[in-house]
Amino acid sequence: MKKQLPVIIGLIAGLVFIVQFFSPAITPIQERFTNWFIVVSVFAFVLGLTNLITINLQKIQRREENWPYSFPLLISLFAMAILSFIFGIEKGPFVWLFNNMMLPMSATMFSLLAFFVASASYRAFRARHKEAAMLLVTAIIVMLGQVPIGAAGVLQYLRLADITNWIMAYPNMAAQRAILIGAALGVVAISLRILLGIERAYLGED
Amino acid sequence: MGFVKRMSGLDRRIIFVIIGLAVIIPLLIPIGLPIIPTAPARATYDAIQNLPEGSIVLFSFDYDPSTMPELQPMAIAMLYHCFTKHLKVIMIALWPQGPQMAELSMQEVNKQLEAENFPLPEYGKDYVNLGYKSAGGLVIIGMATSFAGIFPLDTYGTPISELPLMDKIKSGKELQAVVDLSAGDPGIPAWVMVSRMAGYPQPPEPGSTDITGKMYLLGGTTAVSAPGFYPYLNTNQMQGLLGGMRGAADYEKLVNKPGTAIAGMDPQSIAHLVIVLFIIMANVFFFLEKRQEKRKAT
Repeated sequence: MKKQLPVIIGLIAGLVFIVQFFSPAITPIQERFTNWFIVVSVFAFVLGLTNLITINLQKIQRREENWPYSFPLLISLFAMAILSFIFGIEKGPFVWLFNNMMLPMSATMFSLLAFFVASASYRAFRARHKEAAMLLVTAIIVMLGQVPIGAAGVLQYLRLADITNWIMAYPNMAAQRAILIGAALGVVAISLRILLGIERAYLGED
Repeated sequence: MGFVKRMSGLDRRIIFVIIGLAVIIPLLIPIGLPIIPTAPARATYDAIQNLPEGSIVLFSFDYDPSTMPELQPMAIAMLYHCFTKHLKVIMIALWPQGPQMAELSMQEVNKQLEAENFPLPEYGKDYVNLGYKSAGGLVIIGMATSFAGIFPLDTYGTPISELPLMDKIKSGKELQAVVDLSAGDPGIPAWVMVSRMAGYPQPPEPGSTDITGKMYLLGGTTAVSAPGFYPYLNTNQMQGLLGGMRGAADYEKLVNKPGTAIAGMDPQSIAHLVIVLFIIMANVFFFLEKRQEKRKAT
């Protein structure tokens, strides 16, 4: 029953959400389920938090690789939580830490990508064959057409912005549409498998 | 080691320094490159511009500090536009740090409005921040039935029944526009796929300015994600899209309020140019190296 019950719950919930599109009589049940699922999804946070704390404590205990980094992680986690409980999240130390440490550090982590993209472009973007050459030329046109420099100085006579807009509106759109349809069909297939209990990876089975 | 081989395997620290200078120098010495708004950005601006005074717009803050440099300028410019047009704003978040992003955006918008002696929007009457709820698409579905059912309290703990703005609107079916500022999932795909089916108003006809009983769905996203949403623009599932810092700069230009996005265009332009030159240089050395190897072989 431990393995059948989650499958039965998944089947009932999935059927309710599908049938309510065709039968308005099911809508009140669907609305109730929606509220229940929003509550249940919050449990995922508790689970994730517990998991994070457990794994990092184990890392410290067993002196696993990079174990010293677990200390600042756990200290900052508990510090932010305790400060928010005591002083609230509208003003005070929590807000100061969020604005002056969390924001700049998060933005910096993402900003590092620019350097690695530049390095990867230099080392890996080689026109080894026709298709790679086409990709490179398109990338160069779009990269320059998307920024103001593509419409300034000498480059404005190449009409890079207009070519970029055409690439985005036609070939890119067509390719993205194909990807979306393919992904949607894949989602339908896997959803059916989950609803019918054929796919049980989410239960921890193979 | 020959010059060509050395250049092909250039130390990446040199590349990092050059990119760093390409960003820092234009920030310190602005060039002032011209910004010509793109069609999707113009469509986004026109949609907000077309809303009559008093219309209610829902802003969904679905991003976190890592994508703030791209999305926050969009939020500030669009909120500024809404408040100068006397529109009402409901802010929600499908990402946990969204409410803080909304709060920071409002602080900046209030500074801009104060500098122009424009009456500041009043919390509870002109705008509300309902905070974060998990479960993405289900929140969108739930709001179609009732805001109070999903957000009984705002982000500050006030019951929404005590907020005058929420007396004017009970569910998502009464919205005139939704602006989703999204860095991933849940975000724009959830709004596009779920909102119309859940009962939100249909979009206006393309080119039509009659929005009676209709709702605009507008998006702002990172530059990397923007190309993936063009099919939604093409089919009128979305009526406008701002992509990355360029989209934010376009909007700042259209509302005539230069901010961090316009300031960032010069460094971004030079950085793109430098990367393009790196790519061309790398390929030139690649082909020279291949030719040298062919000659050695023969």
